Amino acid sequence: MNITVRVWRQKNADDKGKMVTYGVENVSEHMSFLEMLDVLNEQLTLSGDDPIAFDHDCREGICGACGVVINGQAHGPQTTTTCQLHMRSFEDGAVIDIEPWRAGAFPVVKDLVVDRSAFDRIIQAGGFISAPTGSAPEANNLPVPKEDADHAFESATCIGCGACVAACPNGSGMLFTAAKITHLGLLPQGQPERDSRVIGMIEQHDHEGFGGCTNIGECTASCPKGIPLDTISRLNRDLLGALAKGKA
Amino acid sequence: MAVSGLIMLGYLLVHAYGNLKFFQGPEKFDSYLEGLDDILYPYLPHEGALWILRVVLVGALVVHVYAAITLWRRNKVAAGYVGNTRYQTKQNKTGYQRSYASFTMRWGGIILLLFIIGHVAQMLPNWLSPGGASDSKYERVVNGFELWWVVLLYTIGLVAVGFHLAHGFWSALTTLGQNHSSTRRSSRITAVSIGLAVLIAGGFLTVPFAIFFFGAGS
Amino acid sequence: MTITEPYKNPSEQFHAVGEDIVDLKAPSGPIEKRWDDRKFNAKLVNPANRRKLSVLVVGTGLAGASAAATLGEAGYHVRSFCYQDSPRRAHSIAAQGGINAAKNYRNDGDSIYRLFYDTVKGGDFRARESNVYRLAQVSVNIIDQCVAQGVPFAREYGGLLDNRSFGGVQVSRTFYARGQTGQQLLIGAYQALERQIAAGTVEMNTRHEMLELIMVPDANGVERARGIIVRDMVTGEIETHTADAVVLASGGYGNVFFLSTNAMGCNTTATWRAHRKGAYFANPCYTQIHPTCIPVSGDYQSKLTLMSESLRNDGRIWVPAKLGDDRVASQIPEDERDYYLERIYPAFGNLVPRDIASRAAKYQCDAGKGVGPGGLGVYLDFADAIERLGRPAVEAKYGNLFDMYAQITGEDPYSEPMRIYPAVHYTMGGLWVDYDLQSNLTGLFVAGEANFSEHGANRLGASALMQGLADGYFVLPYTLANYLADGPYEKVADDHPAVLEAKAAVENRISTLLSINGTRTVDSYHKELGQIMWDYCGMERTEEGLTKAIGMIRDLKTDFWANVKVTGVNEELNQTLERAGRVADFFELGELMCIDALNRRESCGGHFRAESQTEDGEALRHDDEFAYVSAWEFGDKQPTLHKEPLEYEYVEMKSRSYK
Ligand SMILES: Cc1cc2nc3c(=O)[nH]c(=O)nc-3n(C[C@H](O)[C@H](O)[C@H](O)COP(=O)(O)OP(=O)(O)OC[C@H]3O[C@@H](n4cnc5c(N)ncnc54)[C@H](O)[C@@H]3O)c2cc1C
Ligand code: HEM
Ligand code: SF4
Ligand code: FES
Repeated sequence: MNITVRVWRQKNADDKGKMVTYGVENVSEHMSFLEMLDVLNEQLTLSGDDPIAFDHDCREGICGACGVVINGQAHGPQTTTTCQLHMRSFEDGAVIDIEPWRAGAFPVVKDLVVDRSAFDRIIQAGGFISAPTGSAPEANNLPVPKEDADHAFESATCIGCGACVAACPNGSGMLFTAAKITHLGLLPQGQPERDSRVIGMIEQHDHEGFGGCTNIGECTASCPKGIPLDTISRLNRDLLGALAKGKA
Repeated sequence: MAVSGLIMLGYLLVHAYGNLKFFQGPEKFDSYLEGLDDILYPYLPHEGALWILRVVLVGALVVHVYAAITLWRRNKVAAGYVGNTRYQTKQNKTGYQRSYASFTMRWGGIILLLFIIGHVAQMLPNWLSPGGASDSKYERVVNGFELWWVVLLYTIGLVAVGFHLAHGFWSALTTLGQNHSSTRRSSRITAVSIGLAVLIAGGFLTVPFAIFFFGAGS
Repeated sequence: MTITEPYKNPSEQFHAVGEDIVDLKAPSGPIEKRWDDRKFNAKLVNPANRRKLSVLVVGTGLAGASAAATLGEAGYHVRSFCYQDSPRRAHSIAAQGGINAAKNYRNDGDSIYRLFYDTVKGGDFRARESNVYRLAQVSVNIIDQCVAQGVPFAREYGGLLDNRSFGGVQVSRTFYARGQTGQQLLIGAYQALERQIAAGTVEMNTRHEMLELIMVPDANGVERARGIIVRDMVTGEIETHTADAVVLASGGYGNVFFLSTNAMGCNTTATWRAHRKGAYFANPCYTQIHPTCIPVSGDYQSKLTLMSESLRNDGRIWVPAKLGDDRVASQIPEDERDYYLERIYPAFGNLVPRDIASRAAKYQCDAGKGVGPGGLGVYLDFADAIERLGRPAVEAKYGNLFDMYAQITGEDPYSEPMRIYPAVHYTMGGLWVDYDLQSNLTGLFVAGEANFSEHGANRLGASALMQGLADGYFVLPYTLANYLADGPYEKVADDHPAVLEAKAAVENRISTLLSINGTRTVDSYHKELGQIMWDYCGMERTEEGLTKAIGMIRDLKTDFWANVKVTGVNEELNQTLERAGRVADFFELGELMCIDALNRRESCGGHFRAESQTEDGEALRHDDEFAYVSAWEFGDKQPTLHKEPLEYEYVEMKSRSYK
């Protein structure tokens, strides 16, 4: 198939940037979306142009590095990561718009690459259980009901890709934050730091310039891992609980 | 935001229910309204309860609008706009599942605010009084809603209320930690919100529609 | 009769042979006490002094993140580096199956000794006993540590940890978190690391790629690893970082094959640069080829995807019996199918070890019986399983893998069999280290897949995660402290000649790459190199093929340095430049892999030399000649081989049989 792509090109953080149109020919429907970009980049390189920069690594949908907005949807038309999206999801002759994640907290570095280090700083503000190496008790001394463990696991599958932020009309990082709060808050090991965790992480979330959540639900709908929306309610409950205890 | 919104919502429910007394005729309606002045009398002075209510409502509205504006500004920056748009593409403007209601919270809210001001102004005893002043509140209502443009403005305002609540009620409960559903659409709260929105918008609209289309009260 | 010359290995036209080496830190005494003794004898550092001691950790995978977090907790001043935008994205995140530990929760006869035994045997007797024993010992602590961090391992209804069996061993000792064990373990280590970053003990440098090692002589003339040169991948700035010790935990080099299950950015640059500075590279030819991957679909293919080996528990592998049978799989009648694994290996059938299953598939495809694009695939058929167990049961067990297959291929694996083909998956070789995980360069420690230890010639499933975390959480913190106890070393000035020289070398390389401005893209070279490696240094190796490959690689490398086209400038995010640097190192590594493979005229583990097989085509080891670790020393003209003889006191050397 032959397609046309319109790609956001921006040389660096200070550049203004604009959409640029390219034609890509002989695209196989079995190609992944990123392989299509690879092919385009080979073309660009040979013609002496700057290839399009985009983040990617595992190409298996697990590292969370990839992610672009395709035709206005984060990670494109299917609920999967950009690297797992295949060209068979598009029609021959399609015009595909490709843009970086847009969010105040995710400044563009170059082309489709953005800076997501704000997520790491949210984790630094409490997204962990303090268990220094060597201090752990025997693992089976701490039974965890299977249901809780499974639920915690479900939230722990967040890959930190940032699609939720890119899709959220408010640029809120609530789903990412809530996934971590839920993962750790459901486990007995996570209880001692539960209050300080939610307060620390929310403060950092706001400080990074993420927007406030208005419960639109685009985050969950675009999340390649299907992190459920009720994690946000759980976060809010934990937050209200912590505030009620005067932990702020 | 959630709490102030819910306070106003609670008021609207009672208010809509009260309005239905209109259909019991002028005497009942006027005396019901007068009765409101003396809620909890003699523990509270005449109109005491109403004044408390007014203060709480205005307070809620101020808090709500203030929070809305703050949130609006913050989120606009957070969304990372490039010029006036966020994404350049013209495709999928509603993303995956955005509802019209959630889209219109902000501009709809402004319509709402204008509507509330207009509404209060209309209902202040014999001040603007479109359609003619009267000492009977019942008559003032009837006079007003015989005018097509008043009904039109009310319809716009109340449809805005409906949309605002269709998303607002769900949102408020989620903000307060009460959603247990994995998506917005699958949540029972969403269904209840829509029901509530229809109920309130519809409840309020019965009176003006009854007067305008069916000549009730004249 | 003529007097025969002493036999000379044909590989020696490409390398010299140096003196044997020994692991000077190798412990002795009863095996179960060795690690305790080592820890007891290790020097300690007073907590008050730790802040003054600095360590650079390259890599934030399981090995690097766990090491940096633990060293940070202990109070050392740590600087950590990774090429991704976040430490959480290291390649360890992709591991699916699980992690072994000798907990014996199943009461099925597992023990530290059995895990040790299985790993030595699984490694085809090419790993050190002492190291493997230690690995088995600390495996139990790893599970405790991870659970305390909140890693959501699978659990039973009673709330206790669940186990599965893995990789053909007879006990159930694999802990798992659905098909995302690596992700969950890495997130645990990442969170511990972020906690230390917040505490200020660890300084994180993301999007920083190490491009050179800095060796500086101390007052006594002893050369020590004292720093690294890194490139800030956003600004292009070439930075110098110096410290008292350097840890490389930069992962494996499977991407030398271009197509592999590794992440796109996996590279050898960190280890290869250290090798060029004198660190020995051990057993580079040992690569693991995994049998159940999704086949290549076209020449645009950029990477291969692994599907869990567990599929072989219920799936049956076959090819059409007739050459050139191009009917749809379901149209081929039962008696015209060749279930070749079941036929050749009646005892183990579809469950033969990875290397055997991979090679068998290759033979079928080489014979022209392969299916799918290019004839590079065999069927993995669940029709029988679906009939026997019912579709719901198959869905419950393998549903996510079937979905993944459908997502990638666009085919429905419930109605037509899946197609699979082997792919490069793991590299057992790596920088040579002693028992303390220190390379032959003083002050340079190597952990995780980047070092060569523990797995010998073949890694068992679920043991790489174990090794990475063992190295980072439990081994390095002791052995590195022992080294640091003699520090802090004299500060290295930014204008020290050794620093300037390293920095200039990096800058020159970059400006050379940028100035060639030839006609071929970096990827096209990488693909061609990968094809050479796959054809001649892949599943089956021959003297002739390897010799040819060495020549081809050399030619290709020369061509690369004359004709490669790298666009843009250094002072920007330049992904082409990043790849060019990595591919340049892969050429050199690829050549060494072929030389190593050529030298090792035996078949062992992942290394199969066609000249060394039994009558019925099975791998034939030559313990008398090759029971050693090949440690290669870099040389401008040619590398030098140093042998570290391996001795087995506890496990008797036997050959594997799966018939
Ligand atoms: C698909 C797949 C599935 C697997 N499944 C299993 C399994 O089920 N069980 C099991 O035990 N093992 C499994 N393995 C193997 C295992 O995942 C790896 O061997 C292990 O995770 C390697 O960890 P590491 O810490 O050594 O390196 P990695 O996780 O590869 O980390 C390398 C780090 O080094 C950094 N780095 C690399 N080069 C540079 C440089 N030049 N400069 C700066 N930083 C650099 C990277 O940024 C990264 O942070 C699997 C592997 C694959 C590919
Ligand atoms: C009849 C009066 C009103 C009621 C009953 C009401 C109710 C609500 C409720 C319940 C919410 C959800 C709160 C949350 O998610 O935490 C909400 C949100 C909001 N309201 Fe109102 N509101 C009213 C008037 C207004 C007015 C006058 C404005 C105009 C400025 C306004 C603007 C907003 C905005 C911007 C939000 C933000 C949430 C979003 O975008 O989803 N509201 N309202
Ligand atoms: S919550 Fe989902 S969309 Fe958001 S970062 Fe995590 S995986 Fe990505
Ligand atoms: S590249 Fe890793 S998730 Fe897409």
